[in-house]
Amino acid sequence: MIALQIPGPSWAHALPAHVKLLFLAFSGALLFPVKDPLVLGASVIVVFGFYASLGANGLAQLRLLRPFAYMLVFIVGLHALSGTLQNGISIALRLTAMVLLANFVSVTTRMDDMLDAVRPMFVPLKWIGGSPQKPALAVTLVIRFAPVLLTIYRNLQEAFRARTGQKSSWRLIAPLALQALRMSEHVAEALTARGGTKGLSGER
Amino acid sequence: MSDRSLVQIAFYAALIAALGLLPPIAIPFLGGVPITAQSLGVMLAGVMLGPVRGALAVLLLLFLVALGAPLLSGGRGGLAVFAGPSVGFLIGWPVGAFVAGLIMQKTANYNVLVSAAFAAAIGGIGVIYAFGIPGLVVMTDLTFAKAAMGSAIYLPGDLVKVAIAAIVAQTVARGLPHALMSRA
Repeated sequence: MIALQIPGPSWAHALPAHVKLLFLAFSGALLFPVKDPLVLGASVIVVFGFYASLGANGLAQLRLLRPFAYMLVFIVGLHALSGTLQNGISIALRLTAMVLLANFVSVTTRMDDMLDAVRPMFVPLKWIGGSPQKPALAVTLVIRFAPVLLTIYRNLQEAFRARTGQKSSWRLIAPLALQALRMSEHVAEALTARGGTKGLSGER
Repeated sequence: MSDRSLVQIAFYAALIAALGLLPPIAIPFLGGVPITAQSLGVMLAGVMLGPVRGALAVLLLLFLVALGAPLLSGGRGGLAVFAGPSVGFLIGWPVGAFVAGLIMQKTANYNVLVSAAFAAAIGGIGVIYAFGIPGLVVMTDLTFAKAAMGSAIYLPGDLVKVAIAAIVAQTVARGLPHALMSRA
């Protein structure tokens, strides 16, 4: 599966996922009302330090945030236009710190561990007759469906190119929708045929 | 919830993800602003699945993103997107899908093409911007007018997506009518 994670181990990978999530929520709440650019600049440096502590892999991760940098330039530019440049810089620093910190939690936590950490959130589903396992099944289905959809699209594109010589067209949208939906119906039938999600309501 | 609903919810969540993986298209006559197909998926989830399932499909995708899957356009993902300036748009997504689905149900007597276009425009543009622009204001401290101006560059692309969503709904209503679950 495509994923964002940096390979471990490191001190950050060793921390349990729920500790990292709580730390993130806490720092977000703490940073949000701060306006002082010095404090915000210092927090950006601290977060940079987190990435640096992971070595070259960690620093390489920072390059992936280039699209975010364009957005920051745009925001600071709009602030400069309205004559609130200093405020704009504070906000850019705060966003940088918060986004980098959130990203740091994501890149050092495996998706499975993250899923386990939030699993208790789904326990209330039991009270309304649902199953806490269903969200996990749905997650698995999404991860499997996404590449299948792209394959269907690519096949249609290839056939279209063979017929017309053109690369792609909006005309492919309709057959894509129909083929993909039919595929999903088959998956639903196959799931029911194998006992369905009813059997999930028990223990793991 | 039936097996079929669960699979359909997962299917539309995957569709939103797959549409985000398609390379962005720069439309020359619209000033060359790159548009991604991702919010088309949000519109389709609402229009095709109806309010509750549509909103659940979008929430499922956002859940995967929060778990760390880079499924938003441009390979973005992880908790970072929820700390960024465009978080308001993401919050607006499930609400937009819900509203689009609700409109589809309430206009069940009308032509599919017309009511799907209407549902996608109100839910997929109106509602999403109604969350996204105030979100930008909160996260960036810009004035409302500036935030709205910055968001308006995506409006032409979104109108194209409304048209596509309506055509897809019409096609499915003809070719696979029971898959249009908002009307079933």
